Amino acid sequence: MNNLELLTFARGTALDWSLALCCAGIVLRLFETLGLGRQADLAMPRQGGPGSGWRTIVTRSLPPPGMFQRDALTYVAGYVFHLGLFAIVVLFVPHIQLIRGVIGVSWPGLSSPLVDALTVATLAALLALLLHRLSHPVKRMLSGFEDYLSWLLTVLPLLTGYLAYHHLLLEYTLMLAVHILSVELLLVCLPFTKLFHAVSLFLARWYTGDAYARRGTAA
Amino acid sequence: MSASLARGLNAFREAIDAPVASFFSSCVHCGLCAQACLFYTETGDPRYTPIRKLEPLRRVWKQEYTLLGRLQKLLGLSRPVTDAELAEWSPLVYDSCTLCGRCSMVCPVGNDITLMVRKMREGMSAAGHAPDGLIEATTRAIESGSPAGVKWVTVLAQIKRMQTQFGIDIPVNRQGADYLVLMSSWEILNYPEYLGAIAKIMRQAGATWTLCDHAYEATNSGIQIGASDLAGVLVGRIVTAAEELKVKCVISPECGHAYSAIRWEGPNLVGRKFGFEVKHVLEVLDDFRRAGRLKLKGSVDQPLTYHDPCQISRRGGVYQQPRTLLHDFAPEFREMSDAGVMNWCCGGGGGVSANERAEPLRFIAFKRKKAQLDELGVKTVVTACANCRVVMEEAIEHYHMDVELLGLTELVAEHLDDGASA
Repeated sequence: MNNLELLTFARGTALDWSLALCCAGIVLRLFETLGLGRQADLAMPRQGGPGSGWRTIVTRSLPPPGMFQRDALTYVAGYVFHLGLFAIVVLFVPHIQLIRGVIGVSWPGLSSPLVDALTVATLAALLALLLHRLSHPVKRMLSGFEDYLSWLLTVLPLLTGYLAYHHLLLEYTLMLAVHILSVELLLVCLPFTKLFHAVSLFLARWYTGDAYARRGTAA
Repeated sequence: MSASLARGLNAFREAIDAPVASFFSSCVHCGLCAQACLFYTETGDPRYTPIRKLEPLRRVWKQEYTLLGRLQKLLGLSRPVTDAELAEWSPLVYDSCTLCGRCSMVCPVGNDITLMVRKMREGMSAAGHAPDGLIEATTRAIESGSPAGVKWVTVLAQIKRMQTQFGIDIPVNRQGADYLVLMSSWEILNYPEYLGAIAKIMRQAGATWTLCDHAYEATNSGIQIGASDLAGVLVGRIVTAAEELKVKCVISPECGHAYSAIRWEGPNLVGRKFGFEVKHVLEVLDDFRRAGRLKLKGSVDQPLTYHDPCQISRRGGVYQQPRTLLHDFAPEFREMSDAGVMNWCCGGGGGVSANERAEPLRFIAFKRKKAQLDELGVKTVVTACANCRVVMEEAIEHYHMDVELLGLTELVAEHLDDGASA
């Protein structure tokens, strides 16, 4: 298989399969989770309070009072990495073209040099988070193989995308194929690692927001 | 596997539901929950990171409720939860968590870690790893009606004292009263003035109320230890009494966990909705105030602050009422940093104060509250939880601080305008 054939495989069969496995995995995990159910709360909920599950889905994206000062690095690097990754995935013009090819919908993108700068910032944030994980006693204690695997799975698409864009390290076609394959690896692993938080956090935030709202608190 | 471990693991399985699975699925090990927990902030010990306190429960979820975990278990790639491990985790689950709920407010993925610790205690107690202090308190509560072993004769003696001191009749077992008033053992033993204060307030508000000779204790050790069957028995006594006496509302005293036990967990523990309301005493005071049934006079002139009991404020939704009441007669009322729903715990909630093993750690954890009070420089702290009050009074002695603790209900009663009537 030459580089072009590998790229064709990555863009075709591998993409189809990885998307299918990702979707099937997400459905399975949601079934595993939601299938466990939740007992009805028989306590009379407080009416007219400020909280709700939906509100917590939104507000939990912001640091609660006093928390930013306690761990600024995690918040800053966390924002840069998550927002950067989101912008790179959905606002890089070649990605928009790929999405249009799959679902037929497109939107305006950012200029490539800007996405390039965002990629550097996102990679720097991920590196900072890795070093923090290795050095902070709490994070180091909590971390296991899956945490480092998830980090690697997230970094690889960014790094290979950056290298492909700048025609570095490998021949462009090969690097582009490796980039696409790394994304597909991420997609396949997403439902079965902590990367699944991208889906499950909406459930988690809703459940907590709802439970606290019933008691009259906006969580 | 020992029978007790099997019981514990079964209780873990029963505790795992869709929210718990969502929470464990979502944790990214960011460690931010540690920054919200006073047991971590005051010790710097990473073992006290809230989410880590749940590690045995997480492994049961992973190994038995996820496809990947089941495969790993089948291939012998996962480590089963052992009795020794649960013994090691007992101090983390019972001594270094007051169920204050602060971690649940900050987790960026939205995990209700506190709810999971509460659930994990069900398995820990079933497996025989609850601390002795809590086992003894729960046994006394079931056998004598009170975790401190306070019997009705003691309450009767306090009733007589308060009737003499305040000159007001204190009704017992009165059918059809508006309110059934409960107390905590701490109030009966240490702060009986609460009862006199209630009598004065009810008289001014023109409300009918009663105590009950077989349901006077509001606290619930069954919840703190994590034994829902026993917790249900304790709540059931109150429910039965409220229904026998046909009261409209049960008043939870100045005790945070008692309020949570009756108001939020109670109906779920007995398996049905209540036919009466449950209110914290501060809610009732606020109702009276808004209805013009609470006339106050005079003011407290010294600077004072309010300590939010976690279960009343953050996990109970009662945080505006105490401030509204205080503003009426305390012009020098000042807020601590992080006041309201983000308050810091006294360090002794969730059964920690009944657990002698936890005492040294509790004093260390109090440094957070001490720092808040030192920063504010106020010498009078008002609160609405007798357990917070006892825990803080002990710690204030321990640290030789010059700070006075007051109960809000008593303070309101002291400022009633006796000339006014509803």
